[in-house]
Amino acid sequence: MSSELFYKPVTELSSLLEAKTVSSVELTQAVIARTKAVDTKVKAFNSFDEADALAQARASDERRAAGQARGPLDGIPVGIKDVIAVDGQPLTASSKMLANFVSPYDSTVTKKLKKAGAICWGRLNLDEFAMGSSTENSAFHTTCNPYDLERVPGGSSGGSAAAVAAGEAIVSLGSDTGGSIRQPAALCNVVGFKPTYGLVSRFGLIAFASSLDQIGPFSRSVEDAAITLGAIAGHDPLDSTSFKTEIPNYRDELKKRKGPWRLGIPKEYFGQGLDPEVAAAVEKAISYYEKMGCEVKNVSLPHTEYGVGVYYIIATAECSSNLARYDGIRYGHRSKDAKDIIDLYFKSRAEGFGQEVKRRIILGTYVLSSGYYDAYYLRAQKVRTLIRQDFLNAYKEVDAILTPTSPTPAFKKGEKAANPLAMYLSDVYTIGVNLAGLPGMSIPCGFSKSGLPIGLQLIGQPFQEAELLSIANAYEKAHDWATITPNL
Amino acid sequence: MSAPTDLNIDHVAHLARLALTPEEKAKFATQLGDVLAYIEQLKKVDVSGVEPTAHAFPVYNVWADDVAQPGLPVEAALKNAPAQRNNMIVVPKVVE
Amino acid sequence: MKYEAVIGLEVHVQVKTHSKMFTRVAAGYGHDENTLTDPVVLALPGVLPVMNKAALDAIIKAGLMLGCEIAPVCKWDRKNYFYPDSPKNYQISQYDQPICLGGEVEIELPGSARNVMGEHKKIPLTRIHLEEDVGKLNHGAMESLVDYNRAGTPLMEIVSEPAMHTAEEAFAYLTSIRNTMIYGGISDCDMEKGQLRCDANISIRPVGETKLGTKVELKNLNSISFVRDGIAHEIARQIAVTESGGTIVQETRDYDGQTGASQSLRTKEMAHDYRYFPDPDLMPVKVDEAWKARIKAECPEMPFVKQRRFFDQYQVPYTITSVLVPDRELSDYFEEAAKLSGKSQAAGNWIVNDLLRDLGAAKLPLADSKIKPAHIAALVKLIDAGTILNTAAKEIFTEMFTTGDMPDAIADRRGLKATPTDAGELEQWCRDSIAANEKALAEFKGGKDSAINAFKGPIMKAAKGKANPKLVDETLRKLLASM
Ligand SMILES: [Mg+2]
Ligand SMILES: [Zn+2]
Repeated sequence: MSSELFYKPVTELSSLLEAKTVSSVELTQAVIARTKAVDTKVKAFNSFDEADALAQARASDERRAAGQARGPLDGIPVGIKDVIAVDGQPLTASSKMLANFVSPYDSTVTKKLKKAGAICWGRLNLDEFAMGSSTENSAFHTTCNPYDLERVPGGSSGGSAAAVAAGEAIVSLGSDTGGSIRQPAALCNVVGFKPTYGLVSRFGLIAFASSLDQIGPFSRSVEDAAITLGAIAGHDPLDSTSFKTEIPNYRDELKKRKGPWRLGIPKEYFGQGLDPEVAAAVEKAISYYEKMGCEVKNVSLPHTEYGVGVYYIIATAECSSNLARYDGIRYGHRSKDAKDIIDLYFKSRAEGFGQEVKRRIILGTYVLSSGYYDAYYLRAQKVRTLIRQDFLNAYKEVDAILTPTSPTPAFKKGEKAANPLAMYLSDVYTIGVNLAGLPGMSIPCGFSKSGLPIGLQLIGQPFQEAELLSIANAYEKAHDWATITPNL
Repeated sequence: MSAPTDLNIDHVAHLARLALTPEEKAKFATQLGDVLAYIEQLKKVDVSGVEPTAHAFPVYNVWADDVAQPGLPVEAALKNAPAQRNNMIVVPKVVE
Repeated sequence: MKYEAVIGLEVHVQVKTHSKMFTRVAAGYGHDENTLTDPVVLALPGVLPVMNKAALDAIIKAGLMLGCEIAPVCKWDRKNYFYPDSPKNYQISQYDQPICLGGEVEIELPGSARNVMGEHKKIPLTRIHLEEDVGKLNHGAMESLVDYNRAGTPLMEIVSEPAMHTAEEAFAYLTSIRNTMIYGGISDCDMEKGQLRCDANISIRPVGETKLGTKVELKNLNSISFVRDGIAHEIARQIAVTESGGTIVQETRDYDGQTGASQSLRTKEMAHDYRYFPDPDLMPVKVDEAWKARIKAECPEMPFVKQRRFFDQYQVPYTITSVLVPDRELSDYFEEAAKLSGKSQAAGNWIVNDLLRDLGAAKLPLADSKIKPAHIAALVKLIDAGTILNTAAKEIFTEMFTTGDMPDAIADRRGLKATPTDAGELEQWCRDSIAANEKALAEFKGGKDSAINAFKGPIMKAAKGKANPKLVDETLRKLLASM
C-alpha cells in the first residue's frame, strides 16, 4: 500500500493522530490536496466544502489537545454520499431536482459521525436518487472507475466507492437498496458493507425504496468497516424501522472470532452470465476458506431467479411514492413555464428528473395502479417472503454464504445505458440480500487480466455483522488486494 | 398477472404527474414492456398460503410519546422554497 | 313518486394532541404561518414518520365509546395523490385494516316541540381510522399561499353506513359525534377551526326500493348548519333532476353554504386512483386486551346514557337534561350541586335558567364561574329551609355571580333573611288573616287545599315580607285544623 497519508487505513491514522505524529488538519489537507489532484479524472464528488472540512479538523485537533478525543474516527475525513443529509450542506441526490437544495438538518448517521469526531467530507456522486448501477444516471457527471477511467465505478454509490479507492476519502458512507454499496465496492477494489435492515438509521437518507434501503460504510480494510459501522449503527427513535439491538464493539469482535466457519455456496449464484474471471477469483477465495479449515458446503436458494423481478416491483412501487414529494412546491426545481398548478407538477417533475428516475416512477406507479396491486405488488411481497425463507433455511446449516458480488468486473461507460433490463440483471447477486434484509459485504478478491477489481460477497445472518466481519477479516489478513491502488 | 401490453403510459404518467415527450413515451413503453415481460415469470411461483413481507423484521408498536418539541424556524422552513410571500409558499392558484 | 334519500357521512375529527401524528413538532391552531413545521411536516428529503402514541390512545377511546370493535392488528397505508397542501403528495392513512370496525352512534331527532324529547335512533358505523391532516391553502386572485401548520395534525375519519335518510338525521348524527368527542376529551370539535369536518354521500331511491341509487359526494360542509342545508339541498336537487327525466351522475360536488348552491368538482371518470400500499416506514400496531382495558377505564359515560340516568336518579325533566347533558362539564357541575343540595330539580333550574343566562351575558365559560356547585347547593338549601324567599334569592344570586361569596353571607350582609318572628305575633297575624277571609276559609274547609295561599298575602304584608314562609304555612294549617 502506498505510504501516502490519504491511503492509510483508519486503524493506522488513528494511531498517528493519537501519537500526534499527524494532526487532523494535516490529514484533511492531504485528503483535500489529493481530491483536487485526482478528482478531475475520477469525478467522485458533486461538491466539497474545504473550509467546513478544515474547521471540523481544527475542532478535532483542539479536542485531542484538550485530551477529549472521541475514538478512532476523531479527525478522520469520511466522505458522504450525496443522498445523506448533512446540516448546512447541499443535498442533491445527483438530481437536477435538488441541484440547489441545502439541508437544514442532519441525518442520524452524520450526527453520529460528528459525535464520534469524524469529519463529514464532501458530497459524493451517485446515480440520481440512488437508481442505477453505474453512476451514469447522475444528473451532473459520471464518476469514473479509478482502475480504468473509461469504465464505470458501479452504482449507485459509485462516488463513495471511487473516492475511497482513489484516496479522496479515508472511508465513506453509501446506501444500498439492491447492491448499491457492494457492487461499486467490488468494482473499485474496496470493502463495502450493507448492514442488516434496521441496524443503521435511515433518518436523513433520501428514500429510494424504504423497505430495502440501508446506509453502510466503504473502506480499504475490514477493520475500518467495523470501526465505521460501529459509529453509525444503533437504534434511532426517529426511524420506526430501526431495530433495538445491542451494538457490539465490532473491532474487538473481529479479533476474538477466528472460525472455523460453516460457509454456504449457492449454486444459483454461479450459473449463466457469470464472467469466468470473476468465477475463478471467487472460487479461489472459497478454496482459501476451505484451506483454513472452514466447512464449505453447497446450499440452495431456489427463489433466486425471481429476485430481480420482485425487486423491480417493490423498489419502483416504493420509489414512485417516495419521490412524489419532489414537486417544485416547497423546495427543489420548479418549472419556469407552468401555466397552472397541475402544469407545475408535470413540468417541474419532467424537467427535474432524469430518464431512469422517470422510468422507475412510471413502472412503480403502474404496478400500484387500480387493478394491478394484487398481481404485482402483493405477489412480489409474497415471493419476497419465499426468498427470505430460502436464506433462513440455508442458515440452519451455515454461518454465512459466499457468492460473487457482481457477475462481471466494471463495464464500459455507455455499455448498458440503452438497455435497462440488462442493467437491472447485473444486480442479480446483490438483490436477494436486500429483499431478505440481511447483512452483506463485498471485499476485494482479485483482479481480471485487464486489471479490473473483483469482489467476493459475504452474506450473513440477521444482526450477526460481527461474525460476518470476522469471516471477511480472516480472508483479508491473508491477502493484499487492497494494496493494489489505482494509477492516477 | 396482466399482460404487459396493459401499460398505458399516458394514464400512468398522468397519475405520476410526469410530462413525457412522445420519444420518452415510446422508449419507456418498449423498455418497460421488456421489464414487465421479464417480471411475468413471477406468475410461475406458487404463493398460495404465503404471507406477504412488508418489513424484513416485523416489530409492532413503534411510537413516541406525545411531547411537543421545537420545530424549524420559519426562515429555515422556507429557505429552499422556490417562491414565498408572507411566510407562505406561493403556488399558481389552486382551483379545486 | 315518493323518494327516499340514503345518506352516509364521512366525518373528520382532529385529535387533540400536543404534537403531530408522525412527528413531534407542536400541533395547534391560530399560530403564525409555517411556524409549526419541521423537516417531517415539510416532507424534506430523507425524513421519516414516527407515530404519536396519544393519537392511538384517542382513537381507541373514540372506538370504545362508540361501541366499535378494536382491531387486534392494524397497519398504515399510503394514499397517493398530488395536492399542494399535502407535503409528501401522499397521506399516511389506514386503508384495509383500520383500527376501529363497526360501532354505532345514538342520535336524537328533533321532538314535536323544543321541550319534548325526540325519537332516538342508532346509526351504524363502518369504521374509524387514523390519518394525518393536510396544510391550508389561502387563495388569492392569481396565486394560492400555502401554510403547513395544520399539516400532519392527527385526524380521525369516522365513516357511517349509508343509514340516514334525512338532513335532520345527518345533523343529529354530527351533533352526537361532536358531543361524544368533546366528552371523551378527544377533540374540541370546533368546526370554525376545522377540528370537525364533514363530507356526505347522498343518493335517492323510490320509497320501497332497496337497491341504492347513484351516489353523489358532497364536500366542504363546513358548519353544522351547512351539513343540514347542504344535504337537504342535494336531496332536493336529485329529486328534481330525476323527476324532470334526468339521471344522477356519480360525482363529487362542492356545497357553498353562503349561496346555498353546489357545483360539480369531478365525475367518476376523473376519480382518483390512490394507489394505496402499506407504508414501509411505519410498523403495524397491535392492541391487546390490557391496552383496551386501560382506555376503557378512561371512557366517560356517554351523553344519552347520562341523560337517562339523570331522569332516573334526579328526576330532572327533559327541558333541564337536554341543556345539561350535551356539556360534560355542565352536567358534572349539576351533579355536584344536586348531590350537595339534595334538591336536584331546584339545583337544575338555577343552573339552567339563571347561571347559564348570566354566564352567557358575561361571555364567561363555566370554568370561570365564581358560582360553584357549593354556592348553588347552599342557595337551594336556604330557600328550602324558608330562610330566604325567592325574590331575595334572585338578588343573592346576582351578587354571588359577581363576588363569589356564599349566599348565607350575602343574605346576612344585605338583611335578606326571613327574620325569625315571635310565635305569638305570627299566630295573631294568622288569626287576623283567616278572620278577614271567610270565603277562603270556606273553600279550604270544603277541601280546596290551595285556598290556604289566600291567607298568606296579608300575613306577609304584616311581616313586611320577612316572615318564614314555611313557618307561616305550618301555623296556618295548625289554626285551620282546629277551626
Ligand atoms: Mg375518505
Ligand atoms: Zn380522511
